[in-house]
Formats: sequence, structure tokens, C-alpha cells
Amino acid sequence: MLHIFCPHCGELRSEEEFHAKGQAHIPRPLEPNACTDEEWGDYIFFRDNPRGIHHELWVHAAGCRKYFNATRHTVSYEILETYRIGEKPTVTEATVGEKKATTAGVTA
Amino acid sequence: MSNVNVYKQRPDAARAESPLFHAGLDELARKGKSSAGVILREKKLLGHLVIRGDAKDPAFSGGVHSALGLELPVALTLVAKGDTSLQWLGPDEWLLIVPSGQEFEIEQRLRKALDGQHISVVNVSGGQTIVELSGTNARDVLMKSTTYDVHPSNFPVGKAVGSTFAKAGAVIRHTGEDTWELLIRRSFSDYIWLWLQDASAEYGLAVKA
Amino acid sequence: MSQVNRLPKGGRVDRSQPLTFTFNGENYQGFAGDTLAAALLANGVDIVGRSFKYSRPRGIVAAGAEEPNAVLQIGSTESAQVPNVRATQQALYAGLVASSTNGWPNVKNDVMGILGKVGGGMMPPGFYYKTFMYPQNLWLTYEKYIRKAAGLGRAPLEVDPDIYDHLNQHCDVLVIGAGPAGLAAALVAGRSGARVILADEQEEFGGSLLDTRETLDGKPATEWVAKVIAELEKMPEVTLLPRATVNGYHDHNFLTIHQRLTDHLGEIAPRGQARHRVHRVRAKRVVLAAGAHERPLVYSNNDLPGNMLAGAVSTYVNRYGVAPGRQLVLSTNNDYAYRVVLDWLDAGQQVVAVADARSNPRGAWVEEARARGVRVLTGSAVVEARGNKRVSGARICAIDLKNHKVTSSGELVECDLIVSSGGYSPVVHLASHLGGKPTWREDILAFIPGEGFQKRHCAGAVNGVFGLGDVLADGFEAGAKAAAGAGCKVVEGSMPKTEKRKEEAAVALFQVPHEKSTSRAPKQFVDLQNDVTSAGIELATREGFESVEHVKRYTALGFGTDQGKLGNINGLAIAAKSMGISIAEMGTTMFRPNYTPVTFGAVAGRHCGPLFEPKRYTAMHRWHLEQGAEFEDVGQWKRPWYFPKRGEDMHAAVARECKAVRDSVGILDASTLGKIDIQGPDAREFLNRVYTNAWTKLDVGKARYGLMCKEDGMVFDDGVTACVGENHFIMTTTTGGAARVMEWLEIYHQTEWPELKVYFTSVTDHWATMTLSGPNSRKLLAEVTDIDLDKDAFPFMTWKEGLVGGVPARVFRISFTGELSYEVNVQADYALGVWEKIVEAGKKYNLTPYGTETMHVLRAEKGFIIIGQDTDGSVTPDDLNMGWCVGRNKPFSWIGWRGMNREDCLREDRKQLVGLKPIDPNKVLPEGAQLVFDPKQSIPMKMVGHVTSSYMSSTMGYSFAMAVVKGGLKRIGERVFAPLTDGSVIEAEICSSVFYDPKGDRQHV
Repeated sequence: MLHIFCPHCGELRSEEEFHAKGQAHIPRPLEPNACTDEEWGDYIFFRDNPRGIHHELWVHAAGCRKYFNATRHTVSYEILETYRIGEKPTVTEATVGEKKATTAGVTA
Repeated sequence: MSNVNVYKQRPDAARAESPLFHAGLDELARKGKSSAGVILREKKLLGHLVIRGDAKDPAFSGGVHSALGLELPVALTLVAKGDTSLQWLGPDEWLLIVPSGQEFEIEQRLRKALDGQHISVVNVSGGQTIVELSGTNARDVLMKSTTYDVHPSNFPVGKAVGSTFAKAGAVIRHTGEDTWELLIRRSFSDYIWLWLQDASAEYGLAVKA
Repeated sequence: MSQVNRLPKGGRVDRSQPLTFTFNGENYQGFAGDTLAAALLANGVDIVGRSFKYSRPRGIVAAGAEEPNAVLQIGSTESAQVPNVRATQQALYAGLVASSTNGWPNVKNDVMGILGKVGGGMMPPGFYYKTFMYPQNLWLTYEKYIRKAAGLGRAPLEVDPDIYDHLNQHCDVLVIGAGPAGLAAALVAGRSGARVILADEQEEFGGSLLDTRETLDGKPATEWVAKVIAELEKMPEVTLLPRATVNGYHDHNFLTIHQRLTDHLGEIAPRGQARHRVHRVRAKRVVLAAGAHERPLVYSNNDLPGNMLAGAVSTYVNRYGVAPGRQLVLSTNNDYAYRVVLDWLDAGQQVVAVADARSNPRGAWVEEARARGVRVLTGSAVVEARGNKRVSGARICAIDLKNHKVTSSGELVECDLIVSSGGYSPVVHLASHLGGKPTWREDILAFIPGEGFQKRHCAGAVNGVFGLGDVLADGFEAGAKAAAGAGCKVVEGSMPKTEKRKEEAAVALFQVPHEKSTSRAPKQFVDLQNDVTSAGIELATREGFESVEHVKRYTALGFGTDQGKLGNINGLAIAAKSMGISIAEMGTTMFRPNYTPVTFGAVAGRHCGPLFEPKRYTAMHRWHLEQGAEFEDVGQWKRPWYFPKRGEDMHAAVARECKAVRDSVGILDASTLGKIDIQGPDAREFLNRVYTNAWTKLDVGKARYGLMCKEDGMVFDDGVTACVGENHFIMTTTTGGAARVMEWLEIYHQTEWPELKVYFTSVTDHWATMTLSGPNSRKLLAEVTDIDLDKDAFPFMTWKEGLVGGVPARVFRISFTGELSYEVNVQADYALGVWEKIVEAGKKYNLTPYGTETMHVLRAEKGFIIIGQDTDGSVTPDDLNMGWCVGRNKPFSWIGWRGMNREDCLREDRKQLVGLKPIDPNKVLPEGAQLVFDPKQSIPMKMVGHVTSSYMSSTMGYSFAMAVVKGGLKRIGERVFAPLTDGSVIEAEICSSVFYDPKGDRQHV
């Protein structure tokens, strides 16, 4: 049961209030008709499945009804940041290696 | 203003059934228990308007203020004056609750004050109702029902949040020390009524008219 | 009735409160404060069950959650049956009825016992798989008897009379375990002002302090416990949860606690009170102070009743005043185990001998035991227990630890109780639920919790800290860290003074050597609950199961409700030794929630019966009930399915309802349709982008049907949208699609086209909708409205506002039946009154209420699709022959356009929606029936489509169907066949999907 910070409500909420909407930052091609079948197929069907940093689209369905993005580590499930639509992530595979993510948080 | 359809939807005189009418709350209130940990009351048939607009635009917040005399509430809060309350639902969405029958006149007033702006006002009065829970165990019932932290340190009076409620959703408003309001959808109201009876059984439930 | 093993004094039981209980049909007596296990031992009950696989007699081994054998069935009546209750965790109450889970026909005479005793090689691991799996179809027969004989407990056959519930908790610090470390942590956190939850699985807080020999501040440790609890109880933000097992550690510090609220009072909870409660806790910080489990040693016949854990015997003596035997032999590798010797002597019992694997142990308790005359055999171990149904002797031999050999012929001593201690295994389960790998520490011969992602602090024995003073200090420190981490200003606790005592290190000993090889020696049990032996583990590694997870699955080590509490480390050590690797290299298996079994009732909580899931009702529901409607589930909605009159079956009711609509007028509750209010200058453009058809020219006052597709070009919703103002539309969606469509509109608006000025608001619940349909609908409506219904003033696909039954309404002239129809929308608060007025006025027109089934038949006669019935996410508008609804020239590439122009979507032989007319007009094709062109072909046949909707039309007098058929639109007039499971074949002609009034004259009148 994840604990997700809604950037619009400004606080942490339980996962039940949200719906996951898949990978973030997949803009609809501006000229769909100019896409080849392969390009269009990539847009609709193909998604990343990384071990590590993943940018995701969520919606605060039971709360403010707003969509937002979350950067989640797919091994630790740690959510490293959430940010509004239109904003860029500050935590990316480039800025954070596997190591930092796995040692975040308090350990015994 | 002519671009949208503003329609008086509530009749001046007609029989009305609130979402919880079938529960016979008035009858239960008469039978009433004297001591109960949870007291329930339906605040029914009020005027509910959903207002949309740009919170960052001073013309919008100013217009709302001039029409209602209320400041636009910030995230997760509720402002009230008399029987009128205005609640933040989302960054561009608010819920205005007014006495029954005033919603048409107030919508017109709002639209006039916000003329020329990209806004939306929608009458949703028939689609939802307010259930007030009070009493020493009201918070315990909420803890059984929502994943949101209802401890006063996290949920002071004046706060209002949308969250899950049992397997449905609700807007939960903290209106007094031991008093809470649940804003629920009409079609889910029977489910939530059943749920509340069950969840409050161990504390005793009384109904107030 | 006499409690033969009850000591004359001592223990924390209340001897003034005797309680009678029943075990396997016999009556016994115990005392208030006993666990069921303590009471059974007090009464000298040796055998509590038969083992799972070999059916060997088994007795009580432990005193806590780790008990593998005394897993019992509880309940005096059928409805009160609870399986898998550990006797060590069940408080005794008056009238408790318990029975053995394993053992058929009974524990003393067991048919399976014969199988178990004959030769060790008879049932090696994998036995069930190897022997019974073939021939496969017989497994079902075998399984029934094996399960019955092995016994896994049984669920009640009657409805559980109890209620259960869930409570959502939030705290700064959750402390797991109320032993010395947990109490210390909770005390510091509580004093620091944190919101604290302290949960412990036992009847009382105190953990090891409840039966320790050690003192705190020079007084019995229980006094300190009582003082701490009294202080915690006074703190308003501290919640104490006894009888509460933290069973799962989930993501982001979300933990589940299973609290047994009333199980200590009786088998059924007092009226109105929940029996169990699951606390769903979100904790800012967790202090894990779950303690450690003592490890037994693995020697031959170590499963005979009378073999117990050393610490468990101390617990029974000190806490319950029960001595489960007379003559005790201890086999150990560590100092701490000696406390049982001292406790046993203090209780006035005889210690026969201690076998210590170490060569020269000189710790304080060892010396104290020697000083009290106890015979300590060093460099030795119990290699074999002797006895029939109970231990009668122990064979003690000198052993060579390094070479794993027995080095003396040893001696056979007489005794009735063998206790062993092979060290202490921290309870790492919770720390490992999220995948954290425990770390092996050679210095203490134990796994401790490894690094975790969670915000947790481990304290005390679980952290590999064992001395009481160190444990308390560790607890205080963890509590302070946790409180600080949760944002509190820390107020330090004050350490009680502990005794100093010389303690020496343990030596590694897991499996005790035997003169014979492991496979030939009498069985050495590793996992008592799953009947896994050291020989079985060696066999597994010999057969090539080298990964610890494979060994587990092959042997069942640590399976099921046991979760490896006693056997795990010994099993890993044996597997590691057998493979010549270290325990650290071997690693542990994955630990999964739940830590101990949880009742289904607790899992369900209040979400059962009528509260299993929300049922949604319309404003007119009461009327439907009064009319005796049958209901259909549509999503969460309860919709009237049909309204049977006395003596009518569904078929007759639907035929009558259909006829009424076609001949006169019917009324349908259509309130469940999704309704979305759309406002803004770009509303029209938005509709252009999400619907397949064009919206630019729809005038105010008009309505239009629209299809919605996903980006792949497949239809996913439909409905009528009306233009109620230049910048204002009311969209309707399917009943099931309402929430989906709303999210769909929002996701495109919020993430793709935020520049479009438009707002969406759900008004599904605000408007109630009643549809009047049929040739007399105009006449009827005219009687209750002031709206001009003239066909020119109010034509098809337009809407009007006016009073209906005295209530302001929006009336849409649209039709889903093909008849003249009006959809009346009013604010839901007033809908029932309006409905009743229409019904009253409709009497003279034989106004007939109809349900969803009639609606389905009538729309199918017209060829109107239902999303989700005639579509399945793989059909395009062209597949549905609805190309007329596709705006091929819209400037913006709307959602679905690119997708439906993929090469594959343009194929002419795609499955297309057509009508089917069975050749035999009385035969109704089953919905879902697969279709073929040639019914005589061999199986598997080439399937060319399937029936999506199928009904008997009383209006037309024949059966008909809609179906998707490969290239169907070009095959009008051809035949298809539906071969059915009963061997019959229904033949049908492919035809247009519009059966009734193809020109649409009736809806345009």
C-alpha cells in the first residue's frame, strides 16, 4: 500500500485514493496522420519496464481528481518525487544511480 | 452568459425525496436513543453548486468574493458564513453549499460576477447529500471507514478532504470538535447508510432529525 | 480432572478461577491465565496430534507462535469452528472445546501411523508428487483421503455468527513486540509525545520478562513491566494492542495487525462486538522488537512427545506453574539455555543431566547449575530420544563438532523430558516481507534483519542483541531514534538496573551427528509441522535442488502456517553443510505475510453480506421494489431487469413489455446512464476530438449520437450528447462507462490539451432519467407537461425545457427502441413524484414499466449496439457498420482516427457486425456461440465469429441475433452455423442487423 504525495493536495495519501495510469511523458504525436504504423504502434502499445527509476502518471481519483507524475523506484517502490503535469522530473536515471535509491530511508 | 444554459431545476413546490429518504430517518429520530456514541443527521435538500475557474486569476477569486462574500478557500479547507459554505475540491474546483432553493439565484449572481471569464458553475443538488456525524465515537466510525488520518493533529476543524469511504468515496469535512460531515453521492447513499449503521453498532447510533 | 503436572505454587495463573474445557472429547480443568497448551500440559496430555506426512504422535514443543504441533481445531458448534489455532496462543476460557487437527480416525490409533512407521524410505520428500501424481486422473481420488488423513483443519459449514472489522490507524511510531526492547522503545517514544501503537501477540505485555529469572532495579522484572504499562496507559496518544499480531509489513511503512479482541473470552464474541479486528497502520517509523525464537537441536526421534524447547519449559514453569515432566535432560550449545535447569530445580523437579556441545563451558549459569549438583556432560549431545508415545530415555554421546561424528558409545539415561536449545533465531519475518535479505552473523550464529528500504529500527533480540541490559538499551535507543525520525523532540527514558552475569559464546550445532548416516539414522526432524527431516533435505540437495527456494519447495520446509519459525535455520544449515557451502552463502528463503494464520473473517472485515460491495440505486428504486421488479446488476447499479406480473416467467414478462412499447407506451428508468456537464468555449472542439463524428455544426437545442474510440481505433463508449448552450453540452455515457469516460476526458484535457478551455462535471446522480417510449408516448407526456410536443416544434434529436408533473425538466427526444420516445430528466430529489404522476396519467394508455431485458430486445430489433455486449474492445466503427458515425474530414486527428486507419483495421475480411436469422424461427442462438461456415469440417473447426446478442422477438414472431462474422457485410444472404456443445447445430442466415422498421419511420413520427 503505497503512500503518495499529491502535489495538488499537498500531502501524503494512501494508494486507495489513486489510480495508476502507466508510464508518464508519452506525448500524443502532434500529427498522428504523419506517423507510420510502426511509430503509431510504438506510441500506443510500447512502454518501458525498467529496473530502477520509472516516471509514472497517476490520478488522485478519490481526492482532487488531478493527474500528476511520480518518479518511482521499481525495486524499492520508493516514490522519489511527485510533480505536476507539464513539469520535468528532477530525479532521473541519470541523476540517481541504483545505489542511492536503495540506501534511501532509515535502516537498522 | 447566454452561451450556457442556466436552468432553475428545483420546483417551487413539489414533493421531494432526499437520497436517504427511504431510511426513514425522521421516524428513527422520534424513536431516538438517549445515549449514543454516534449521532447521525442528514442535512438534506441543500443547494450544491460546483464552481470551476482559475484560482490564480484575481478576477476569479475577486468575483467569487463579491458574489458570495467568501474568500476562495485554499487546498483542503472550507470557509463558511451562516448557512453557506465554500470548499476546495481541487486546484480549480470548489463546492458551494447554500440553503435549499437559493442555488439558482446564486448561480446567476456568480455568473454575473464572473462574466467574461472561463468558468463553469454546475448545479449538482440532486446528486449528493450531507450526512453529519457527531458524538464521542464519530471519529472511531471514521477510522473504520476511511484510510485518511482523522486525528485532530492532522485533521483540524475547518479541513475538508476527498478520500475513500468504505468501498465508496466521500468528501469528509471537519466542522466542529466532535462533528463531521460526509458529502456522499445519491446513488451510494444507501450503501453508506448501511455501512454507518454497522460500523457504529458497538457505540450506539442515534438519529437526529 | 486432576492437573498432574501443575506445580503447587507459582505462575501468573489465577488458581481461584478453575476453568473446564474439552480436548478430543475428554474433559479437563485449567486455570484462568492458562493458554490451552499450558492447560493441556498441566493435565499430562502428551499427544496433541499426528504428524502431517508420517502420522507420528506429536506433543507440545513450544510456548508461543512457533509451536508446530499443537495446531488445533476449536469450537463447540459447527458455526464456531476455527481451524489452525495454536494451543500456545489460545487463552483458556470456560467451556473451550478443542480437538486435534491431524489424525484420522483419532490421534491414538492412526491408520496413517502404520505408513509412517514402516521404514524410513517409505515416504521420502516428493513422495506425493512422485507416487500419486500418476495416473493424473486418480490424484483427485488419492487427494481426498490423503487430506482427510493428514488433516489440515476444516472450515465451518455454517455461517459464522461473529462480526469482524478493520480500523485504519496512523501513528508516529509503531512498536512491534512488548518485550523489554519494545516496552523501552514505546516508553521513550510515548514520553517524547509521539503517537505510538504498541502491539504484542501475547495475552499480556512483557514478553521474556514474564518468565525471566533476572531482576530489574533489584526487583522482579514483572514489576518494571507493570510500571511501564501503567505509564503508557496514561498517555492519551499511546494505543496498546494486546493479543495483536503484526502479520504483514507492506510498502511505505504500511502494516497489518490482526487483533483477537474476544478470543480469550469465549468462542463467540459478546453481542455487537467484533471478534477480530485488523488494524491497517501507516507508521512514520517502525520499531521492530519481535524478539527471537529458540532453535531446537536436530537429533533422532526429536519429535517424540516429551521433546521440548528449553525456554518453553521455563515459560511453562514460571508463567503457568506447570512442569511438563519430572526428569529433565538438557541438550544445548549455549549458556542461556541453562536457565531451564535452574528453573526446573527451583520447581522441585529432577535434572538428570545436561549435555553441552562445548568442551569447557564456564558461564555463570553453568557454574550455578554445577554448584547445585547438576551433572554436566561437556562435548556431548543427546543424539537420540527413546520412547514409544512419550520420551522414556535419552542417549547422550560425546561428539566431534568439527568432523560431525559421534565419538563415544555414550550412555542411555532415563528421563521423561528432553529439552534442547541450539541458540536463538531473531524473528526476521517482518523485516523480510518486502524482500529485505537477512544477514548471517557468524558471531551469534543467527540471521538478523538486513538492510531495508523501510523507515524502521530494529531493537533487542531481533537485532541480535540478547543480554537483558543490552536489550533495554537497544530498545531505548530505537524508541528515541524513531520518535526523532517522526519529528518529535526526544525525552530520554531511564534505564532500569540489570544484573551482570558472565556469559560465554555458543558453538555452532544444528544437526546432531549420529553413528549411522543421516539417511539410516532414526528420523531427525527439522520442520515438525511439515514433517521435513534432515535426511529429506540431504536427499533434496543430492537430487540437484541447490537453491534454497528449490529445497524449500521440494521438501516443504517452512511451508504453510509454519513459515519456518523453528526449522528454517536448521534446515538451511543442513542443506549448506550437505552442499559444502556456508550458511551465509545459502541464504534464507523469502518470508511472506502473514506471519501467523489470519481468519477469513478478519480479512473480510465488514465487507461482507450486504456490505460486500456498494449497491447503487436510482431515485425511483422504491417504486421498482413495490412493483415486484427483478433486478439486474449493471456495474454496481441495481437496475430493474423486468417487471413480472403474477405467474409470469421472464420470457412472458419481456414479451408483454415489448408488446406494450411497440403498441402503446412503456416507461424505463434510465437514470443510471452517465451524464457529464461540459462547459467552456472549447467544449465543441473537445467533443470533436474525443468523438468519432463531427460536432462543429450541432445547434443549440439539438442532440447527436456519438461513438468514442481509444487511440487504437476501437470503440469503447457511446451515447447522446446535447447542445444546451453554445458553450454548454450534456454528454451521456453508458451506465458502466460513466467513470471511465470521465477519467478519459480529464486525462486528455489535463495531460494533452490543457490549452482547451473546458470543464467537465459529473451530473450522473443529479439528474434522474425516465424514458417514455412507444406510439402513445407523445399523448401521455402531453398530459403532464407544458412543453409543446408537436412534431415540428419538437422533432427527433432535439430537446426542450419545461415542466413535467410540475417539476422543471429537460426532455430529450431521442430513441433507443426505435419508437417515438422522450427522455425526461429532472433533479433526482423530485423524480419519484414525477414518475408516479406519469404512471398515474399513463393508466389509460396501458403504460407499462419495462426493464433492461426488454430494452435489450427492442434495441436489438433495431440493430442498436450495446457497448461491452456487441463490442469487446476489438471492433472499429466500420466493423460495426457504423461508418456513418465517422467524421472522415475533421481537421484535427481525433482520438481513434489514426488507429482505425492502420492496415489491419482496413482489411475487408475483419469480423463485422451483422444480423442473424435462425432458419428455425423458434431456435434462439446462445449468446457467445461460435460460428462456422462449414459445420461438417473436422474438429478443431475454423471459427469465423460469434453471436453477440440473441433474443426471441415477440413483435416479429421469430428469433434473431446480432453477431460478428468474418467479412460478414459482404456475405448478406449466406448461411452460418453454430455448432453447440450438445452436438446440435443451429443454422442461420446472415442479414442486416436492423430487423425492425429499417427506415426509422416510427421514431420520427
